[in-house]
Amino acid sequence: MNPFSSGTRLSDMIRAIRASKTAAEERAVVRKECAAIRASINENDQDYRHRDLAKLMFIHMLGYPTHFGQMECLKLIASPGFPEKRIGYLGLMLLLDERQEVLMLVTNSLKQDLNHTNQYIVGLALCALGNICSAEMARDLAPEVERLLKFRDPNIRKKAALCAIRIIRKVPDLSENFINPGAALLKEKHHGVLITGVHLCTEICSVSSEALEYFRKKCTEGLVKTLRDIANSPYSPEYDVAGITDPFLHIRLLKLLRVLGQGDADASDCMNDILAQVASKTESNKNAGNAILYECVQTIMSIEENGGLRVLAINILGKFLSNRDNNIRYVALNMLMRALTVDSQAVQRHRATILECVKDSDASIQKRALELIYLLVNENNVEPLAKELIEYLEVSEQDFKEDLTAKICSIVEKFAPEKIWYIDQMLKVLSEAGTYVKEDVWHALIVVITNAPHLHGYTVRALYRALHTSCEQETLVRVAIWCIGEYADLLVNNAGMLDLEDPITVTESDAVDVIETAIKHHTSDVTTKAMALIALLKISSRFPSCSERVKSIIGQNKGSFVLELQQRSMEFSSVIQKHQNIRSSLVERMPVLDEATFSGRRAGSLPAAVSTSGKSSLSIPNGVATAPLVDLLDLGSDDTPAPTSSGANFLQDLLGGDLMQPSAQPVSGMQPSQAGADILLDLLSIGTPAPVQNGSTNGDLLSMQDNNAPIASLDTISSTSPTASSSMMDLLDGFGPTPPTSEDKGPTYPSIVAFESSSLKIEFNFTKQSENPQTTDIVANFSNLSPNVYTDFLFQAAVPKFLQLHLDPASSNTLPANGSIKQTMRVTNSQHGKKPIVMRMRVGYKINGKDVLEEGQINNFPRGI
Amino acid sequence: VNLQHKEEEVKTQRSESSEKPKEKEKSQFEELRSLKMGIRFILMVNKQGQTRLAQYYEWLTLEERRALEGEIVRKCLARNDQQCSFVEHRNYKIVYRRYASLFFMVGVDDDENELAILEFIHLLVETMDKHFGNVCELDIMFHLEKAHFMLEEMVMNGCIVETSKANILSPIQLMDKAH
Repeated sequence: MNPFSSGTRLSDMIRAIRASKTAAEERAVVRKECAAIRASINENDQDYRHRDLAKLMFIHMLGYPTHFGQMECLKLIASPGFPEKRIGYLGLMLLLDERQEVLMLVTNSLKQDLNHTNQYIVGLALCALGNICSAEMARDLAPEVERLLKFRDPNIRKKAALCAIRIIRKVPDLSENFINPGAALLKEKHHGVLITGVHLCTEICSVSSEALEYFRKKCTEGLVKTLRDIANSPYSPEYDVAGITDPFLHIRLLKLLRVLGQGDADASDCMNDILAQVASKTESNKNAGNAILYECVQTIMSIEENGGLRVLAINILGKFLSNRDNNIRYVALNMLMRALTVDSQAVQRHRATILECVKDSDASIQKRALELIYLLVNENNVEPLAKELIEYLEVSEQDFKEDLTAKICSIVEKFAPEKIWYIDQMLKVLSEAGTYVKEDVWHALIVVITNAPHLHGYTVRALYRALHTSCEQETLVRVAIWCIGEYADLLVNNAGMLDLEDPITVTESDAVDVIETAIKHHTSDVTTKAMALIALLKISSRFPSCSERVKSIIGQNKGSFVLELQQRSMEFSSVIQKHQNIRSSLVERMPVLDEATFSGRRAGSLPAAVSTSGKSSLSIPNGVATAPLVDLLDLGSDDTPAPTSSGANFLQDLLGGDLMQPSAQPVSGMQPSQAGADILLDLLSIGTPAPVQNGSTNGDLLSMQDNNAPIASLDTISSTSPTASSSMMDLLDGFGPTPPTSEDKGPTYPSIVAFESSSLKIEFNFTKQSENPQTTDIVANFSNLSPNVYTDFLFQAAVPKFLQLHLDPASSNTLPANGSIKQTMRVTNSQHGKKPIVMRMRVGYKINGKDVLEEGQINNFPRGI
Repeated sequence: VNLQHKEEEVKTQRSESSEKPKEKEKSQFEELRSLKMGIRFILMVNKQGQTRLAQYYEWLTLEERRALEGEIVRKCLARNDQQCSFVEHRNYKIVYRRYASLFFMVGVDDDENELAILEFIHLLVETMDKHFGNVCELDIMFHLEKAHFMLEEMVMNGCIVETSKANILSPIQLMDKAH
């Protein structure tokens, strides 16, 4: 005999494994044993097959690979003896699954054993078939199983019934064959057969509606009677659990009745009495009884309405909920969740108790209760519930906070009665658990804040206060610095004070302090620091007195290893240093962010937002790092539909300017700078009106839609377009009948007043060379309407990219009082005849050394130019 | 000064976002398919967290099994006696109960009656008690196949087959006699 295969006994191996002190030792033992088993397999040693397989099962349980033993299982199954077959089948079920090819080889053995004269061997084969049967085997062996459902021994019938369930799951078409045998099983007395028969019928009902109808008609009464008999049966020691006969059978019967009663009034009627009996008579002081009550309540809730029964069921749940046993409370919460769709009023009554469960020390109960509360919240109860939940947030376990925070944010956003309440609650959440607040949630908060002008001052002050107590909450810091950047002036001068507020004194340098702390704090990440840089830039313009200090803080990041920060630092420094005259308009307050657009986009791109959230800081550079300087130069391109930029990253838009925003209010920007519109945005917007008028409106809108633009923005575009383009419509209207008329001499165009304010008037005179209709020469005449001298006069203009603009130097950079200067420029329209000229202009000058800036959009160019 | 314009390139990330929902759909479908199994696995684990018996009614790879067992054991063993016997993990609900040094854990579908599974665990322990006489960890280790045979008589394909201890044990006793 082979010295290896003689090996150790099973118990020796187990002892050796138990004696292993480390995982490595255990592995060594297993390796040695596996080698011995392989050797024994190669020897084809009949005597040890049984033992080898037992060892393999143990090794398999420990989690080591055992595939090499699979063929041994087949050999054992094929051997004649019962003990060998038995271990072979067990090995088959443990070591193999239906996906493995080896299984094909076993079908024949199974077929033989299903027809074996020894009923125990038949039982083994049925058991194996029930556990591992594949679709092919199901087709091959279904007739055998069908026959065995009528076998004389009940132990075979019950196993055949479960095999049938497996077969139906694999091949639903075969369910027809089992309807009649299944119905026959329901009349049995043997509990094993009955419980499996009921299960089989439930399964058939779930795959075939005809079968469901059949069982409803033929079997409902019988099942009710069976349930009554069992519920009323005298003590039977064999099936007794805590004074109840076979709770498992009770539960299976109740499950099938639920399937039959659902959506059928007659069947529901038929079972009302017995359900009422079970619900009221079952003992509720033991687990078994409660298990039945639990199932019974589910059935009552699912079948057709019967007022009295429902009350009974809800009362049982109430009792469950106040039970001291955590298991019972858990299932009560579970059940209430399902009852919510049926009777939400009844569930609402238990709100207080459920809220207590949220604060339970047991994580499973907390989770259930929170989910339930989340579903219970509505407009009427959101305020007290949110208050309770937020208070609990302070003391809750770390593991639970994430879930809790997400749910609070969601309900607060969904049901907020007014904006100030929403902002208040969000600030509390941010201060308490800011780390867990998701990106889209705090973005939404910022959108709401921008939309509530009367709350700007209040919000920025509240954030300032919160920052002092919870400076380690990253998202709070971000929202706070964003708001301070935007509304720093309101923070310092206590503007827009609400009655309920306590006044606070914040100096300009205090505001800078907070941002400086944020940018230097060790926990701040790139996004926060980048946002802080922008805020600083904005503050430098709001508070000129702090400009120097801001410059030095910004300058500290010039050497940052993060490209993003370095770039911002460099560029912002140069804005502060060299471009004082345009700085104030560069960093004007953000335009109001459109809520509908944001929420639409948020809903539409949620998965993307989730997937990119980690990279948000990386995607900023696209739009922002180069922002102020380059963007000023950047003109919105009309060819790339603006909304394509939407992507998913709202942060980018927040910082870089929402590209869709300007398109929604394109020419309304005619009132220059009055709406506080960022010049960047307006520049970008110049191009967008063009597609609206050039006749391809539909196409453009559609293409925007393709690009995932939310409908909301389309609406705003189309609703503003009539007004927006009204002046330009004229251009278009007149365009058809008056093509470039005269060939010989260049057409003449009337002069226009391009811009007029109380202090300055700009007139444009046009000339065109006839051979080149695309090019227009413009002479701009600037008239000073005031008695002051304008020095450092600078005219700037920007055009969309289908236009080319060349500016000659002005005749002078000083505009005398009531005097005028001239400047010529040449515009080439590559889309001549298709798109009119539009221009955005800005004039900067100094009166007595004080900067003045005026800007506007010019779109009253003569037709056809 | 002439303000030059420069084309701004904005790349969309649509392709990335459009793939995600598909994946999700697929996994949801698979979840649905594997639902309604009833009992999905039965584990017996000692209080050191070592598996002593594992029976799965759905196919998991070796690695998946090891990972799952590790996670579940960590979760359940960390809980105290006052906490409820149900733990939600991935898409399973685990019903567990401790008997002396041995944890019995049953993974079930979401719509299974948790209290009934608790009762089932008790029945399993009682049945083993009846056979081994106050069953302990070693009984199960050294008679692993017998423990499996008992389980086989009680559960097939995730469904309960038999609830009478006598009926469960009779084939096993018959085999013992034959030996």
